[in-house]
Amino acid sequence: MNNRFSWFNATSLTLGFAFLYIPIIILVAYSFNEGKLVTVWAGFSTKWYGEVLNNQAFINAAWVTVKVAFLSSTIAVVLGTMAAYVLVKAWRFPGRTLFSGMIYAPLVLPEVITGLSLLLLFISLGLNRGLITIVLAHATFSMCYVSVVVSSRLVSFDESMEEAALDLGCTPFDAFRSVTLPIIAPAVISGWLLAFTLSLDDLVIASFTSGPAATTLPMKIYSQIRLGVSPEINALSSIIVGVVTFGVIAASLISKRASLKRRREEQMALAQD
Amino acid sequence: MINLRRWIVIAVPFFWLLALFLIPFFTVFKISLSDLAVARPPYIPTLDLSGGLSAIKEFLSQLDFENFAWLASDALYINAYLSSLKIAFISTVISLLIGFPIAYGMARVAVEWRPTLMMLVILPFWTSFLIRIYAWIGILKSEGLLNQFLLWLGVIDTPLIILNTNIAVYIGIVYAYLPFMILPIYATLEKLDGSLLEAAEDLGCSRFTAFWLITAPLARPGIIAGCFLVFIPAVGEFVIPDILGGSDTLMIGKILWTEFFSNRDWPVASAVAVVLLLVLIIPIVMFQKFQERQQQADV
Repeated sequence: MNNRFSWFNATSLTLGFAFLYIPIIILVAYSFNEGKLVTVWAGFSTKWYGEVLNNQAFINAAWVTVKVAFLSSTIAVVLGTMAAYVLVKAWRFPGRTLFSGMIYAPLVLPEVITGLSLLLLFISLGLNRGLITIVLAHATFSMCYVSVVVSSRLVSFDESMEEAALDLGCTPFDAFRSVTLPIIAPAVISGWLLAFTLSLDDLVIASFTSGPAATTLPMKIYSQIRLGVSPEINALSSIIVGVVTFGVIAASLISKRASLKRRREEQMALAQD
Repeated sequence: MINLRRWIVIAVPFFWLLALFLIPFFTVFKISLSDLAVARPPYIPTLDLSGGLSAIKEFLSQLDFENFAWLASDALYINAYLSSLKIAFISTVISLLIGFPIAYGMARVAVEWRPTLMMLVILPFWTSFLIRIYAWIGILKSEGLLNQFLLWLGVIDTPLIILNTNIAVYIGIVYAYLPFMILPIYATLEKLDGSLLEAAEDLGCSRFTAFWLITAPLARPGIIAGCFLVFIPAVGEFVIPDILGGSDTLMIGKILWTEFFSNRDWPVASAVAVVLLLVLIIPIVMFQKFQERQQQADV
């Protein structure tokens, strides 16, 4: 694309990013509002943050959410990487179309359908609903996202490197671990992060698949929102937005640095030849 | 040995998806054919495999399409499906109109700025969906910030009622799904060869003609992908109509939720889900075929 950046481009970018960010900025700004009314400014205060941190129900829900997210994203990254491998390699096996269909469909399927169908499955199996059932549900839809992220990296991967390792006497598992995995590692890590945040974020599927014993943070926030806007929710939301933003930016800086380092090492190795 | 390993790599994700993605659909379908009952679980019949073949026959004979007949007879459901499709369609068009210029601008920014802008588009997607929708309540309320601002400007005399209307739902869907529109369009525009545009202009095309003859057709894969990615999930959306919409906002995701959680009518909720899936199966299959073609074209 050529680089004639026009006033039209500048305007659309400015308005577009304003649209994307102003609501979040307002939300964070009003979390520091002294008053109970969310839309009337009554002076600066951090008291709502104190209230959030002293609210045991929020803390418990946050803990459940982090546990679910950690477990489900870890399962999803293993299954999703395997699935990506199957998608990219041209292996023939019965049900290949079904397989790729099952990978792509959950990405666009309405959450209410996924949630309802998993719940009805768990009930007909007689499983007790709780933390484990949410983990199973989240792992299932996150693995599809992971496999899309990882397979896009695997497509550009030069297969001859893995073949060379096999020729030099590596077992397929060793070849995967010492050749393929380091190359796709950035995609695997971002897949894990994506799965983790998807799980943190999910309200609908968790509401269907959880039982009375496990309430996640989005479920708690949702029940509070239904009662109306409150500065406490603004404060809680700002904490979540802050943590996620920090995490995503840190992760992208780290992976950028790692890829620069790898590129330098590759160039040095080439220069030595 | 190699083959055994290969089969494990295929079988583990395959059976996981069969068990937790495909089989659940058959469960939903089965329950959609059952009847509501005061029992645990709240539907009859339930299958008891220990009864042998006669129990299975007995079970099958009790299944019927009553719930689907009920959906077809009550205008509420038909209107909800139609209105979901309409809301999703209009939101998709608005997202395209807003998203395309943003993606276009991003593709024309100096190369070193592009990763930062990409990051800025993706970041809202990582932060909680629920929170981003919640943020709009304070803005759209009748005493909210948008009305305060417009009153202060003197554009309006009385506050506009936006929250709890369909307009709020459109704003919510466009806001939440905009990154899904921007990213695929940006991906195709970024790859666009600038010399094509220069050639067109050298040959006497105006900038607008060059845009219509070159940029727009080459961006088509991204536009199509973006539209699918907004339209399909928007049809079954629950959170946005529930939080921003009003009592007259009819969307099928909300109906399904109410049938399940408030009315506790699991068979009707399942029937709603089956019909929703049938409505969406056409765009989903189209999208998948499209993705496969794109992937082959890339290789």
